[in-house]
Amino acid sequence: MNTDRTGVAQQPGSQWFDGEAGPLVRPYAMTGGRTRPGPTGVRFDLIALVTLDPGTPGAADDAALGPEHRTLIDLCSTETQSVAELAAGTDLPVGVVRVLLGDLLESGRVTVSRPVPPAQLPDERILREVIEGLRAL
Amino acid sequence: MISEHREYSEHPQQSEHHGHSDAPDGETAPLALKILVAGGFGVGKTTLVGAVSEIKPLRTEELLSEVGQSVDDTGGVDQKVTTTVAMDFGRITIRSGLSLYLFGTPGQDRFWFLWDELAQGALGAVVLADTRRLDDCFPAVDYFEHRHIPFVVAVNCFTGARRYTDEEVSRALDLDPGTPVVLCDARDRASGKEVLIRLVEYAGRMHTARLLDSVG
Repeated sequence: MNTDRTGVAQQPGSQWFDGEAGPLVRPYAMTGGRTRPGPTGVRFDLIALVTLDPGTPGAADDAALGPEHRTLIDLCSTETQSVAELAAGTDLPVGVVRVLLGDLLESGRVTVSRPVPPAQLPDERILREVIEGLRAL
Repeated sequence: MISEHREYSEHPQQSEHHGHSDAPDGETAPLALKILVAGGFGVGKTTLVGAVSEIKPLRTEELLSEVGQSVDDTGGVDQKVTTTVAMDFGRITIRSGLSLYLFGTPGQDRFWFLWDELAQGALGAVVLADTRRLDDCFPAVDYFEHRHIPFVVAVNCFTGARRYTDEEVSRALDLDPGTPVVLCDARDRASGKEVLIRLVEYAGRMHTARLLDSVG
């Protein structure tokens, strides 16, 4: 596992062979092979907002959490983050982040907002706010 | 389409008030809106996102497994081919609790199924066009027209490219009457802002018209 396709030995601990070869750790290894979030089974939208539950127990003392779970919790602890931002912040594929977030949702550590359903979009008052906000930029 | 937008909690029936999801303390939950930026390869999608975004455009990656598609001959080894599709996005905070996310759509046609996910719940789209290769944006125009997603065509005025009027562009693209065409410079923040304002105004008008239709 520590040689790339050309047989060149890699530094131990280097996560990537190169851009072409892809990750050394298979991304879904971090999710225990799961490609879909747990029983809730919902696909989080890229702009679904993830908020840390204020009553959440400290992440440090929970052995069930992997390092990637902890990174997600850390990222959310400063401000509410979208799924897309979390994927960029952890440098993980969106699909992996969705599974990990499913774990955190199920253990009650985060809440995940549902995006605005298309039928209710757009609220006129909100759109006016958006236009004024854009003008003020 | 709607099914994807269930509440991600144990209470799927609640909270149907104009996108304010149910906050435990009765406060308005943070709201995020999504705008897509589409158009051909190299037309300036990420440039536009970067010009208006308050953050440096971020990149998300989606791993796709193309099952049953034999691309490489790997000596008889049956392999699933995994492709990484990158999407660049930016953010504009309107106020605390209300933000706008801009997503550059993956350029290659073969990743269009990703658009369906991106397009869900989108406020609208900007189709970025280059008049020297106008047909590059036909697929995007078709896509949004068929799905009744409000969009504006923003003509990125590249230096040295012949200038056309918005009517000329509208005719060349055979746009539905009313679809706005805006001439812009994707590198320029003020110009990008103007494109977004036109889109949000247009999306509002489309929505009102649809509401009236459903009532009448």
